[in-house]
Amino acid sequence: MKYLERGYLEKDELPPFPSRERLMKKSVAYIECPQPIPCSPCYESCPADAVKMENINDPPEVDYEKCTGCMKCIRVCPGLAIFMLRIREDGKGEVTLQYEFLPWLKKGDRVKLLNRKGEEIGEGVVNWVLPPERNDNTSLVRVEVDENLIFDVRAIRPVGDINEG
Amino acid sequence: MVRIENGRLQEHPIIDFERKKEVTIYFNGKPIKAFEGETVAAALYAAGVRVFSRSFRWHRPRGFFCAIGKCSACMMEVDGVPNVRTCKVYVRDGMQIRTQSGFPSAEKDAFSILDDVIDLVFPHGSHYKKFTSTKAVRNFMLKRMRKFTGFGNPPKVVYGGNAEYERIDTDVLVIGGGPGGMSAAINAGKYGAKVLLVDENPFLGGQLVKQTHRFFGSAKHRAGTRGIKIAKILEDELSKLENVDVRKETRVFGIYNGEAGAVQGGEKLLRIKAKKIVVATGAYERTLIFENNDLPGVYGAGGVQTLMNVYGIKPGDMGLIVGSGNVGLILTYQLMQAGVNVAAIVEAMPRIGGYFVHAAKVRRLGVPIYVRHTILKAIGKNSVEAAIIAQLDDKWQPIPGTEKKVDCDFICVAVGLSPTHELLYQAGCQMKFVPELGGMVPLRTKYNETTVSGLYVAGDVAGIEEATAAIMEGRIAGIHAAVMLGYGGDEAKEELDEAVKDLEEFRAGPFGEKIICGLEKCVLESEVTI
Repeated sequence: MKYLERGYLEKDELPPFPSRERLMKKSVAYIECPQPIPCSPCYESCPADAVKMENINDPPEVDYEKCTGCMKCIRVCPGLAIFMLRIREDGKGEVTLQYEFLPWLKKGDRVKLLNRKGEEIGEGVVNWVLPPERNDNTSLVRVEVDENLIFDVRAIRPVGDINEG
Repeated sequence: MVRIENGRLQEHPIIDFERKKEVTIYFNGKPIKAFEGETVAAALYAAGVRVFSRSFRWHRPRGFFCAIGKCSACMMEVDGVPNVRTCKVYVRDGMQIRTQSGFPSAEKDAFSILDDVIDLVFPHGSHYKKFTSTKAVRNFMLKRMRKFTGFGNPPKVVYGGNAEYERIDTDVLVIGGGPGGMSAAINAGKYGAKVLLVDENPFLGGQLVKQTHRFFGSAKHRAGTRGIKIAKILEDELSKLENVDVRKETRVFGIYNGEAGAVQGGEKLLRIKAKKIVVATGAYERTLIFENNDLPGVYGAGGVQTLMNVYGIKPGDMGLIVGSGNVGLILTYQLMQAGVNVAAIVEAMPRIGGYFVHAAKVRRLGVPIYVRHTILKAIGKNSVEAAIIAQLDDKWQPIPGTEKKVDCDFICVAVGLSPTHELLYQAGCQMKFVPELGGMVPLRTKYNETTVSGLYVAGDVAGIEEATAAIMEGRIAGIHAAVMLGYGGDEAKEELDEAVKDLEEFRAGPFGEKIICGLEKCVLESEVTI
């Protein structure tokens, strides 16, 4: 439970990584939700039965082989704890995350990439967006990043945002 | 970046602020722009007013704290009526508002010098002995002191309205229109009971109206839906039930042997005879002891949520959050959504108190979370300019040398809530102090019936938990009340068992442990049969 002293997960506390082959195939849901809390929308929304949860208080476990990357879970997760990860054929990585800030991001926007501690670890480009009005004001934003950053990029800020911490 | 005009948010990622007609109110004679639907306190805050009153004795500046009518820091004279909580009064064109303690005004109070010198003139406690030589001297001084220290002046206007009286007979009276109360009314009403739901606000939803985040729980209990929407969903369900009467702006002031007295809209006295009563009055925010904790700028976390998410007013530029429970963590995220920076979250416990995922989503945006830290003092003359925080040792004592100055212009105290239990006391319920549930709570059965037969509790007043649990408790209390009155038959009894089971399952995880531990101390063993 060390993560509760910090507010972020260290490498050894992360859920198992999907294999590179799996990540190359299509996007996969990666859920960073280690603590038992009474919450189950990801489990209930999954049409592929890929999220394992016996009791509402269990942390979800994703079966990466069953996950079809349909994004139903990331649309509803109230904890903003789900990230869709993918490695493209050209070797570029993609991370999709939930985004609830103004200004809304659009395809082509440049963003700063932040890790779990809020440290800037690079820049990326938005290459797809589910607009907020289509998902109860939680926009989904997919950013193109270096392949080796897909397990680190967990937040984004528009380049030039004055409101940075 | 979020656009701001006249202290008001012009846009927001989640909320659409619909501002109604522009009006002008007068604050100590000075015109101030406001919008209909805003409370006086909110409009004054947007106009930059931070000092709302002065303390009784030392004339220290006071700002608002809770913003929902539970504290008295924002009391002013409104249209000649003294001691009005300005966070509960809505603006009207031409309204005259005056600060009532302080000369010439609360902001610039000549008597504020007292705060610096009073200890020299009146050493602590000496006022009991001074001016007691003769009765005449004492009476003379008492009058002066009363003017100097106490509440506002006597009313300058005489009530000129038409007071009415109404008698109401109902099966179930529900007091409080938050998640617990609405759920109780829906569930008693759907089985046919005649229900009256009263709430002191001009809107239903209680504190749901400021919960912009999506709720946890299972989809069955509306998880993934934002709190503000849940309020609307419940209200829609209520409006479909013809046997449920809803009265807003109605305050219950007492329960007397199954009858309740209430005032509707300030004009009408209600005498409500109810076979069952559900009390769902919610909770109020606690404060924390530290130096200058009364300085304007030290606010309850919920107060800031109200200001920002209900009225769309920017609370400040840089906040410091004290407490890392879900309220503190969610508020941090909401502040950032409104374009407000958060300097840090401070937590006295060795670990974060709320859900990890709530912490993670602000941590990854760069907000530091200091566990085992506390706030030592707030700094500022008439409002917060900075705060001093320090690390705590194993005995909860600040470690010398670890003090750190944090620049901020407001501080949110998010250290928990206490049940608003006064009505239960007055009604004669047996109460018990249960720290796990936030303070004084009533003894109750597993169907949430208190020791006063026919009087139920639901939501935070029964023990501090959260909205989903409040809805579940309301469901149990509402159905049980209906069943006991002979409504619903077997179907209702079955649903009641299911409702009890659902709540048990909901509380089965580690976050429910504390609640269950608390409930063990106040749930009556004697089983009630149905």
